[in-house]
Amino acid sequence: MLTFTLRRLMFAIPTLLFISLLIFLLVDLAPGSPMSQIPLTVPPEVRLKIMEAMGVNEPVMVRYLLWLKQFFVVEPLVLWDHWFSTEYSAGMQRIVSWQSRSPVMDIVVQRLPQTMTVIGTSYVLGVLIALPIGIYSAYRQYSWFDQLGTFIAMIGFSVPTFFTGLVLILVFAVNLHWFPSIYDTSLRVTDWASFMQQVKQMAMPVMVLALYNAAQISRYMRSSMLENLGQDYVRTARAKGLTERVVVLKHVVRNSMIPVVTVIALGIPSIFGGAIITEQVFRVNGLGALLIGAIQGSDLPTVQTLTFIFAVLIVLFNLIADILYGLLDPRIRYD
Amino acid sequence: MPDGAKPVLDVRGLQTVFRTRGGDVHAVNSVSFHLEPGELLGVVGESGSGKSVTMMSLIGLLPMPPAEIRGGQVMLGDMDILKVSPAQLREIRGKRIGFVFQDPMTSLNPVYTVGNQVMEPLLRHMGLNKTQARARAIELLELVGIPDAERRMKDYPHQFSGGMRQRVMIAIALACDPEVLIADEPTTALDVTIQAQIIELVKDLRSKLGMAIVWITHDLGVIAGIADRVVVMYGGQIVEQAPVGELFANPQHPYTRALLKTIPSVSGTREKRLRVIEGQPPILGAAPTACPFMPRCTEAFAVCHVENPQRRPLDDKRVGYGHDVACHWDAKTGGIA
Ligand SMILES: Nc1ncnc2c1ncn2[C@@H]1O[C@H](COP(=O)(O)OP(=O)(O)O)[C@@H](O)[C@H]1O
Ligand SMILES: [Mg+2]
Repeated sequence: MLTFTLRRLMFAIPTLLFISLLIFLLVDLAPGSPMSQIPLTVPPEVRLKIMEAMGVNEPVMVRYLLWLKQFFVVEPLVLWDHWFSTEYSAGMQRIVSWQSRSPVMDIVVQRLPQTMTVIGTSYVLGVLIALPIGIYSAYRQYSWFDQLGTFIAMIGFSVPTFFTGLVLILVFAVNLHWFPSIYDTSLRVTDWASFMQQVKQMAMPVMVLALYNAAQISRYMRSSMLENLGQDYVRTARAKGLTERVVVLKHVVRNSMIPVVTVIALGIPSIFGGAIITEQVFRVNGLGALLIGAIQGSDLPTVQTLTFIFAVLIVLFNLIADILYGLLDPRIRYD
Repeated sequence: MPDGAKPVLDVRGLQTVFRTRGGDVHAVNSVSFHLEPGELLGVVGESGSGKSVTMMSLIGLLPMPPAEIRGGQVMLGDMDILKVSPAQLREIRGKRIGFVFQDPMTSLNPVYTVGNQVMEPLLRHMGLNKTQARARAIELLELVGIPDAERRMKDYPHQFSGGMRQRVMIAIALACDPEVLIADEPTTALDVTIQAQIIELVKDLRSKLGMAIVWITHDLGVIAGIADRVVVMYGGQIVEQAPVGELFANPQHPYTRALLKTIPSVSGTREKRLRVIEGQPPILGAAPTACPFMPRCTEAFAVCHVENPQRRPLDDKRVGYGHDVACHWDAKTGGIA
């Protein structure tokens, strides 16, 4: 299992380097310069100095290597210094946003909690809803429960999240006034009242994303269960006199989870993408909103860094999916 | 085998129908047979003749729907197990009736260790704790001839060869010391030398443990070496039944005779091609009103088209206890019986 993991890890490194180059070059093609953010009243020689400090006059390859160094050396050192109160990173140039002039990573760290609470909660909730529904729908295939599940799931993933989001806002915020339509990022949970307020403002974005995730994952679980329910080993389990509960929950579910775990793990980074839209709709000031803002402002370092963080997440969860796959399926583990 | 001993299993008039979109499929039509204590009953017939469906009907292993048991009795001792509740049936499965299936490659769960799977019926039925069940599982694996059993408990099915997996299946089926072992083509998926080893193993276990066995196969050659008595199935019904020696010496049904000719004989000339019976076994859309073998039969009379023959005794014993055949043709005279 260890060699298996290490081998996968070895693969991840060149993959990430390649992706980072691709992202850097693609984003670099986009129009936009740090100058567009600098007022025209700044004298030319000062402009030149600024541009030199940012390294924007260097050839693209040099800038790429510089960015690599900043991402993989400087930023981790800053984090280290922050945690252990050391000063290794003193004087090093960090990745700086053209828009706000502050280090991109600092902004990311500010925005991350909003995204994580909304997206994390909705994903966990989605999975927790999806698995039992998938299992039961398959076990009682074509029952009214299964038919209803199929119908809701179809709505869940065929209607885009911005639409369900707007419908929810219309119904629950505008008409019923149950939930606020705008997410208040500055809210701190200190007591019961503020906790309830937090729950209320999270309710709609979480519902939208959870419905979408649950719809997809429950379908995967159902079809994987159906495939396994017809297998010979299930008949063997029944021939032993095991109860249906044990047959399904021990024998069938474990096997059915193998492909579904991959889907769940790989879905995590992609929901960050989906969350970009949901964050816009509900005015959640998270990473999605940050990315949109950076694109609109031609803030290339921020776009490059955020996109690369998403890429890292995808590769990371790929790796996690592989490892979980190995843990669940001995045939892979022992190869 | 003492004549007239009370059968451990007595199946009477079993009828199983699949309700499919294309209409009903009458897979088992009024099948009756019994199993005496310690006896090995061979069940032969081409694939599609209803052997598996018959055996799975007995202990409720068919998916219902589409399967539906329309009639019959299955007496296990004094109990009709077609009438008991699902919970009671689960007490019987794996405890009083053990099952070995055809394909050892797919019959074990790939994600649990062999030890886990052998211990399961012990924990379920025998009231053992984990330590006891483990010890007993190791004994069982040794009993079925798996070398280094204790270490192999931790291994997964894919780490075993086909023959070894079938031994594991046998260990599972015999775990709770059942009265009846049903083996559904246990050697069909294995190559010939492994097949011979499994047959030897079952013979050996039978003399050690004394359970009654139903051995399903489409290969009469296998039956000759192990069975006490043989039932021949065709089109979802039993067409002939006799002690093994009698059946081979004196086959009555044209189908049995044709099957016997398909066995490659050791003395036979090499270059002679293996004989096959022309045609296909039927898929019965309705309860048969004619002899199901009639379209392929070399001896068919007019009556065969309009009347499905009932089993008739060929000696002074009851049907099912001596030699009987379901055929209008009389092998001795060549006329209508
Ligand atoms: N799930 C099913 N649905 C419809 N018909 C079936 C099903 N399973 C088996 N049958 C029918 O039952 C017949 C007997 O099958 P089976 O008992 O498996 O044959 P055998 O074991 O003798 O090879 C087959 O010819 C098939 O038509
Ligand atoms: Mg079969």
